[in-house]
Formats: sequence, C-alpha cells, structure tokens
Amino acid sequence: MKDDHKPISRKAFMDELARYRKGSVTRRHFLGVTGLGTAMAVMGGTLPRMARAQDIGNRVVLATWPNYHDPADFDAFTDATGAYTQVNVFGSNEEMLAKIQAGGSGWDVFVPTNYAIPTYVEAGLIEPLDLSKIPNYDPASYDPRFAEAGTIDGTVYGVPKNWGTTGIAFNSDKTGGVVDSWKTFFDGARDQFDGRVMVHDYQLTTIGNALVYHGFSFNSVDPAELAKAEELLIDVKPHLYAISSDYQPAMRNGDAWLTMCWTGDGKQMNTDMPEIGFALGKEGGEIWSDYYAIPKDAPHKEAAYALINFLLDPEVNAREALAHGYPVADSRTNALLPQELLDDPIIYPAAEALSPLEFGAAVTLTDPNRAELMARFKSA
Amino acid sequence: MAMTRSRARALLLTPAGLWYAAMLLMPLAVVLIFSFGERSQIGGYAPGFTLEQYANLPARFAAFRNTLTLAPLGTLASLLIAYPLAYYLAVKVSPKWKTMLLVLVIVPFWTSILIRSYAWIFLLGGKGIPALLAMAGLEDVRLLNTPFAVLVGIVYGYLPLMVFPIYVALEKLDKRLLEAAADLGTPPWRAFVQITLPLSMPGVLTGSMLVFILLMGEFLIPSILGGGKVFFVGNALVDLFLQSRNWPFGSAVAVGLVVVMLVVVGLYTRAAKRFGVGRDDAALM
Repeated sequence: MKDDHKPISRKAFMDELARYRKGSVTRRHFLGVTGLGTAMAVMGGTLPRMARAQDIGNRVVLATWPNYHDPADFDAFTDATGAYTQVNVFGSNEEMLAKIQAGGSGWDVFVPTNYAIPTYVEAGLIEPLDLSKIPNYDPASYDPRFAEAGTIDGTVYGVPKNWGTTGIAFNSDKTGGVVDSWKTFFDGARDQFDGRVMVHDYQLTTIGNALVYHGFSFNSVDPAELAKAEELLIDVKPHLYAISSDYQPAMRNGDAWLTMCWTGDGKQMNTDMPEIGFALGKEGGEIWSDYYAIPKDAPHKEAAYALINFLLDPEVNAREALAHGYPVADSRTNALLPQELLDDPIIYPAAEALSPLEFGAAVTLTDPNRAELMARFKSA
Repeated sequence: MAMTRSRARALLLTPAGLWYAAMLLMPLAVVLIFSFGERSQIGGYAPGFTLEQYANLPARFAAFRNTLTLAPLGTLASLLIAYPLAYYLAVKVSPKWKTMLLVLVIVPFWTSILIRSYAWIFLLGGKGIPALLAMAGLEDVRLLNTPFAVLVGIVYGYLPLMVFPIYVALEKLDKRLLEAAADLGTPPWRAFVQITLPLSMPGVLTGSMLVFILLMGEFLIPSILGGGKVFFVGNALVDLFLQSRNWPFGSAVAVGLVVVMLVVVGLYTRAAKRFGVGRDDAALM
C-alpha cells in the first residue's frame, strides 16, 4: 500500500506522468500513486469532470442503429465525464440479439425496439434499470404509448429513446406523385415502377407490409395469411430493384424510386432532396419505439447509466432529434424543438395517419415460420 | 546432437498443431454438436439429439443451386481472363516491366474487398456504365443487382488468385522445349497446345481450386452487388446465424456445405489426375 501522507517527489511524479502518458499504467494507478486521486476527491466540488471520470471509467460501448445519433453529443459526453463512447452500428434487432445471446458482446448500452424487449427478458439477457441513476428520465413527461413496452411485469428494462414508423419513401419526380398505400407499392412494383422498388432485408417489415397489403395484421403468424404474403413477395421479387435495408444510396442516386423506409431516413432524404417524400401506408403498417437498455453482462455499468442519463437530458435529446430526424416521446424535449419540426408531417404525422399502424409483437420477431418465409423469398 | 529428431519435429509442429486444434477443430466440433440440436423458442441453440436439421436441408436447396452455378461459372470466367494475362506476364513482357506489372496485379489487395465491391455499386449503378451506354444509344440497361453484377464482382475480386499460380507455372516453363519444337517444324499454336498448356496445368488447377473454394463460401459480393436478390449458401448462413438465429439449422447447412465442397473437390482432383496431372503437381494444390 502506498502512503498517502508522504508527498511524491518531483522526479517520481514526472516518471509516473510519463508512464501514464505512454499508457503503460492506468489512470487509476496514476491518480493513486501521485496522490492526485486524493486531491481530486477533496476538490471534487470544484473539479466535477475529473472526479466523475474516475468513477465511471474511461469507456462506454454503445450498440445502436445507423444514422441515429449526433456524434457531437458523444464528444460532449467525453468532455463531461472523461468516458469515450465506442459506437457499434447494427442492421436489425435479430443481429443484436444474436450477438448478446452468443455472450461477451462487450456492450454497455444497446437500443432494442419495443417487440424485442420481452425476448431479452425471457432469456435473462437484460438488466433491470435502477431509475435513481437516470434522473433525467421523467416518466410523467413521456407519452405512455412509447414508454410502456420498456416495462415488463412492473420492472423497467428500457427507457424510451425515439419512436417512429415504417412507411414508404418515394421519388415524386419519378412516381408522379405521392405513394401512400401498400397496394400501390406492391402493384406498382410489378407495373409502372418495375425494377425501381426496394424492400427491407428484414422479415418483420417486409412480410408485415405484404400482410397489410392483403388486409391482414402486420403481426400475423397465421400460416394461411403468411402463405398469401409469401405468394405476393415471390411474385414481386423479379421486379424488385433490391432487397436491402441500405436504401438511401439507391434512392439518392435515382436508381430506386420507391422503398420501405423508416421515419428518420425519410426525413434525412427529404431534407437533402425535397423530391423524395415519405408517407405512411393508409392500410396500416408499423409504428415502433426504441429503448435504451443495459445488457446483463455489460462491463461498464456505471458508464452505461451515465451515458443513458446524458442522452436523455432534454437539451441533448433535442440536439439528437435535430440530427437524426426521429420523433421523441418526451414533452420536455419537444418543448425545445423548433415549431417547424413539430409540424413536420414526416416526423410527427397526424394522429389519424398513425391510427391504422400496429406495434410489432414479440412473436413477430421470433416466429420461425416468418424466418423461413424470408429465406424462401430471398433465395427464390 | 542437442535434440533428437522426433523432439525437433514435435517442437516444429506444435505451434501449427495448437493453432489448428483451437481455430479449426474446436469450432468444427461446436458446429457438429449444434447441428444435432434444436432451435430454442427464442432462437439460438437448445441441446438435443435430432436429425431434424439435416432433414430440413432441402429448404436451402436454392441457395446450394445458386452457389453451385455461380462458383464454377465465376471460376471459369476468372480462368479465361487470367490465363492470357498470366501468359503475357510470364512469356511476352520484357523483364524491365515485369515486376511493375506484377505489383499492379497485387495492388487491389491493398484495399478491403468490401470497399472495392462497394465501388462497383457506383460503376454498375444507373449513373455509371449504364449512363455511358445510354449515351451510345443503349437505353435503360440495368446491371447492378443482377447475377451478372455478382459475376463481375467475383471475377474482379478473385482474379489475382488465379493469375499468380498460372504465372508461376508458365514462368518455370523450359523455353528450350519450345525452341526444339520450332526446330522440328511445329507451328506455334501446336507448340502451345502440346507443350505450354499441359505444362501450365498445375497452375491452372491450383488457381481454379483456390478461387472455387473461396467462392463456395462467398457472401459479401452477392449481398452487395446482387442487391440481396442473389442468394448463396454463405448468405443463407449469415441469415440463419444473425437474423433468424436458428443456430442448429445454420450448423447443419454449414456441415452440408463442407460435405458438398469435399465431394466437388474430390471429383475435381480425380478428374485432374485423369487428365495426366501427376502426383507431384497435385501436391501443389
């Protein structure tokens, strides 16, 4: 044990500093042997940044979706806490689930969608949240529709990040106007939009919207209804431009005219190219809500809580929303957003446009028949 | 002698042996065990002993068919393009340029195949080659997201692996044989067919085997340049492990792929022997 009362010599201090800079000793060791740790604990009030850095470690790993954050906010988090955010981007809830299921993902925070949470809870892979560590989460200010899926049997496992929809993005220069129905989407794919339509490489939305085309529930796992959806998809397949969830490049360069599209992507494309519009299918489709959650085996739990709390600060949350274009369920955050964003029909559609939409169900994600249907569609 | 022969051998083989045990045999054992298990309700692996996964293999027939069509086709296309290039590099080009040209063949490997395949998206997309063709009067040609695009990507990506073995075989070729043939009045094309081609066969076989085996496991190029519509066994595996999380079935498909590969490579080696490529040459493979 070192003796805290004995001041470190100047030379020894410089040696330790050199070692710390080279990275051969940890920050904790450096602060300990030099006595700076003690000094900082005493001066904690005046040096909040450094003191907290020691508490939560220097790193936090976030698994999230593409184009879903403002990188400047991570820099601000590092400035505030000393912890660096390592961002891993994923393409689907299944992929995230597979990584966590396999173990040792190393993630501290991840962003499951509403329908994935029951599966994580059932498999014991997700940490019940200690809300006292997320003071910025104020349940009263959240629209319960977009917060309730985070709570299962009275335990909170996730706090709401953003919500959104899965609609249709269309290039109106090419489609000659708004496309706001799955009927036009799938029929047009085989007719006037031949070779110009994209569907997600994601069974939940691609099969879901094919079901909605036939007037069935987005979440159906009924074999007869799934068979009708399969028939439609296999008939449409030769006419599709691609089966891919990476649709922005093809839409932007004009190769694709029509695609299944998540809210924020629609907003991002519309901002840069006003001819690309976004509409909800009037027959129905998906509405969803994403949550911040912590895996059971998260290596930096304190940093995880700190990051979630930071991102839910209404000021930060508003900056995030401005960057990614997904709506927020937190009224405190919305109060900080410019009026034109709140009036934007892409981001905050009218209530009647939302009413035919359905939240995805847990079984929709894990149903083996839907997975096999998707494989037959892709290999047809 | 400080060390006995067998001890030296053991020491020399230990690193590779450990590596194979940890990185090849253990994962292979896991895959085998998984393939007899069941998918748990929420996905992943549940212990069990069933042949259900293997019985279900026909559900991925289309993926095997696509792979077994495009892999030989890609190998053949690579060969047809690589052979003249390798011949030129080994026989025709002046020594002054040779090294530089060989380096140019390798240069693409300095960049990740992912990025190079992505670049093809722009070349084959509507504002790339089709736009040039439209200027020449060929309207509305679609190249991207077709099997053709996948073939282009495959040939582009794997060409160097075909060029080098053929180049090495041609480089070793004893030029005096050709001189002798010419002295005896053999026309050049006959000398090529009777001397150069047979003697370069070991390189052709090695290159073809390298490219073919890698193509059988390919998933990146089909998913990037095939727009998700061209489905290889590799793509089926990615989906089974990362999307539907049916690990036992994914393991059975993986075992199926290994078996198909062993059979095809076995037949190929046999055919190669029949075409007069001896044991020594086969050892190259």
